[in-house]
Amino acid sequence: MDWGFIFERTFSTMIGPEVVIYALAALGLNIHFGYTGLLNFGHVAFMASGAYGLGVSVYYFHWNFWIGLGMAMVYSVVLALILGIPTLRLRADYLGLVTIAASETIRITVRSRVMKPITGGAEGISEFSKPFYDLSPFELGKFYNFGPFRYLGRDLWVLVVGWTILILLTLMVQQVMRAPWGRALRAIREDEDAARSLGKNAYSFKIQSLLFGGAIGAVAGVVQVVQKGSIQADGFNPTITFTIWMILIIGGPARPWSPIAGSMIYWSLIIFVENVLRQLSPQTRETLENTIKLSDINIGQMRYIIVGLGLLLLARYRPQGIFGSREEMALDDR
Amino acid sequence: MIADYSPTPGVSKKNPALVIKGVSKSFGGLKAVDVQHLEIESGVITALIGPNGAGKTTFFNLLTAFDSIDSGSIELFGKDIVGVASHNLAKRGMVRTFQLTKALSKMSVIDNLKLGALHQSGENFFKSLFAPIWSSQEREIESRADELLDRFNLSHMRDEFAGTMSGGQRKLLEMARALMTDPQILMLDEPMAGVNPALTQSLLGHVKSLRDEGRTVIFVEHNMDVVRDISDWVVVMAEGAIIAEGTPDHIRSNQVVINAYLGVHHDRELSQDV
Repeated sequence: MDWGFIFERTFSTMIGPEVVIYALAALGLNIHFGYTGLLNFGHVAFMASGAYGLGVSVYYFHWNFWIGLGMAMVYSVVLALILGIPTLRLRADYLGLVTIAASETIRITVRSRVMKPITGGAEGISEFSKPFYDLSPFELGKFYNFGPFRYLGRDLWVLVVGWTILILLTLMVQQVMRAPWGRALRAIREDEDAARSLGKNAYSFKIQSLLFGGAIGAVAGVVQVVQKGSIQADGFNPTITFTIWMILIIGGPARPWSPIAGSMIYWSLIIFVENVLRQLSPQTRETLENTIKLSDINIGQMRYIIVGLGLLLLARYRPQGIFGSREEMALDDR
Repeated sequence: MIADYSPTPGVSKKNPALVIKGVSKSFGGLKAVDVQHLEIESGVITALIGPNGAGKTTFFNLLTAFDSIDSGSIELFGKDIVGVASHNLAKRGMVRTFQLTKALSKMSVIDNLKLGALHQSGENFFKSLFAPIWSSQEREIESRADELLDRFNLSHMRDEFAGTMSGGQRKLLEMARALMTDPQILMLDEPMAGVNPALTQSLLGHVKSLRDEGRTVIFVEHNMDVVRDISDWVVVMAEGAIIAEGTPDHIRSNQVVINAYLGVHHDRELSQDV
């Protein structure tokens, strides 16, 4: 077994594009769920709003890339308002129902044939990100090595920009959550009626939370499609939402740095398990294939099973996540 | 003097904080609240009593806009407040507590209090990004919160999670938190419920001190001893309507109240559960 290769892949993943994208998405969800208690089960819709805000602007309207980035934010604001205005006056569950339905509605709509001229339909949109890569100080096609890390120049440029955005946004979240604004959100999460009785406009704060977290989700979507170089409607499926939830739970909700930690842990585990499975000795592979039908094709599924098991153990032995506090968690039971 | 008012339901007061006219609320076929006329004098402690299911808490919810009225008008210091959102009532000087105490469990006690301060510039999202804009106000709020913690003997709990407090401490916390809004009217929904007798005395003392500061206090209570002890005026509800009001002494000897509320056992000594 080539442990050198396994660790190179694992370490490279640990700060790789996937981690940045999902950490950004989880940062947005953390504002919704972690700090405000909003049950957003359609976070991928915000990623899609960012992706298509950019994609449609370039592909259909022929605007330039940078205007497209602005439109990504506009789309996420529109989506947050559509989701939030009718549901946030109601009990928490309604937002959950609406968001999960909305995220699927959006995916199915943008991939439909009717929408093809605008959204590219099932084929999606590509060739919109050139202006971004034109700014790259790295040679796009060249591999760069440093320490245990190895990236294509193109990915390295995404990483430099991505990590900068991610850290700046995390610091921003940390700042607003320390401020009275964040205190009001936490109060609403704990008890909306108490917050209202003390003069806090809970509805307005919840809308603001949805807007802020949604905009960060849209940033995640933009980074993702720019990194991929294409926008695929089917990429924005509910599985993504639940992966983001998993990452948030691993890190521990309502902590500013937990999305980054959660995302690092989740992705490096996935890649580590996959590479270990692929590199098992031929005899072991054969035994596994004969007993549990583990072939090359379903190694992809197997890694999710193993990571899922890890998550179960986390839920059993460290339900508060990596950064959460057990004492705080215990207060729920009182 | 409050005691000079005639003990008849709907009697008008000299300086009413609240004037309630024809307020009604139905849930399906059940008329939960139907108050013809009620005025709450300012600067005194008014108790709202009545048997279970009399509509006291619903009436409280209507006054504080936690529920909407079907018809009628409510005036707060002469201004109609029907349709004003609950959070705006707090800004107009009327704040409430809850029968089931709402401590914000996963927030520290001091954060619970700091939340209560009104007009915080740091509650604006864009201003919250720049600490210098709100940090001096935050310090001022914090020192006010610390004073209140001291007054309610909660200083030792300052940095603990509110969820770790006992039931009685939570009642104190809620009262202190409400005071952070510097209200003119405090509406306390069963402030003594579930509090041990030792703490009840100190709670009573705190309620009296609120009046002595010139605030208007309205509270819902079951415990007759408490009502007799601290209230200046008592309003009795039964089946959604006001059936009597008067000083505690009047109410004790009022036959309508005795029949509706105290029932046939009224000659026994009154204690916890009537």
